[in-house]
Amino acid sequence: MSEVRLQIDGKDVVTREGATILEAARSAGIFIPTLCHHEKLEPYGGCRICIVEVELRGATTLVVSCVHPVEDDLVVRTRSERVDRIRKTLLELMLAHAPDSPPLQELAVEYGADKDRFEKEASFCIHCGLCVRYCAEVVKKNAVGFVERGTRKEIAFIPEIAARECPTCKECLPLCPTSYLQAAFVLTEAFAFRSVSSEAAPEE
Amino acid sequence: MDNARIDRIIESHGGEASSLIQVLLEIQGENRWLPREALKRVSDRLQVPLSRIQHIATFYKTFSLSPRGRHEVHICMGTACHVRGATRVLDAVQDLIGIGPGDTDLNLRFSLDTVNCLGCCALGPVMKVNGKTHGKLSPAEAVEVLKSYE
Ligand code: SF4
Ligand code: FES
Ligand code: FES
Repeated sequence: MSEVRLQIDGKDVVTREGATILEAARSAGIFIPTLCHHEKLEPYGGCRICIVEVELRGATTLVVSCVHPVEDDLVVRTRSERVDRIRKTLLELMLAHAPDSPPLQELAVEYGADKDRFEKEASFCIHCGLCVRYCAEVVKKNAVGFVERGTRKEIAFIPEIAARECPTCKECLPLCPTSYLQAAFVLTEAFAFRSVSSEAAPEE
Repeated sequence: MDNARIDRIIESHGGEASSLIQVLLEIQGENRWLPREALKRVSDRLQVPLSRIQHIATFYKTFSLSPRGRHEVHICMGTACHVRGATRVLDAVQDLIGIGPGDTDLNLRFSLDTVNCLGCCALGPVMKVNGKTHGKLSPAEAVEVLKSYE
């Protein structure tokens, strides 16, 4: 596999072809914030917080580093006025949904994001998809999925599967940046586990 | 809708996971809604996770996860219809069938929805019943039209 040479924050980085900018930065010890990225999962590009500025042959653009592949001679800036401003706004939007999320609060301090900038709309889930994708890609049980779309999009456990699989797994719970997943799980458990297990009983 | 019928629909589409939406459309078309048991059957047969099917079934407005009425009523609330009195048509229809937009009456006779422009603004106010377009409606005419649907 051939090598790719690029520059990240002034540092020369050599990485393998096909790597993402995020992977290259991490291998060089350069930190880029992420929310929807997970090493065991396929790149998703959902939260956009990992956005960086890149310069190639004189043109500067913004790309999402967790999905964007490296290229020779790429010049990457992981912090710039533009990048910081975008991250700040993204955080403010997400904080309107999940004002008490620890990872969001931590980043808010770093980027000077004001959690009260936008009117609160406490839906808690920031649609990072970590739970849904982890259950599908790693655990392969598909016990939790998205429903609806746009502003109504949310996650939902499938009670029939969750009642059977989740009690012994729960690996997704710590991944959630907002604790909404735990809440949704407990609610599903309280409302639906008994009804599905009594439904399933005669077959067993 | 029984499993045998669902299986036939699935087979008619070659039993391929890629035909999921076609299968759902056909079940929706025949049954007017997608019962959970039907989705589970489709999931088993096509080997598509129920969570995926649920996402698709809630993503598109064509699909319904609760029973729908025998007659689908769509009243246009688009700008052109609005200025020509769509609100009064809607009010009259709501009074007649006793439900609001997004609802289905208990006898499963009508499901009512509003839409934003049906693409024939010159005919406004427009109401569609089971796909048939009724244009230039007064509230009283809309009521008369609906009375003919049992
Ligand atoms: S529930 Fe949590 S982990 Fe799942 S998509 Fe929402 S924020 Fe992400
Ligand atoms: S971490 Fe890259 S888009 Fe979320
Ligand atoms: S606004 Fe009603 S058809 Fe266009």
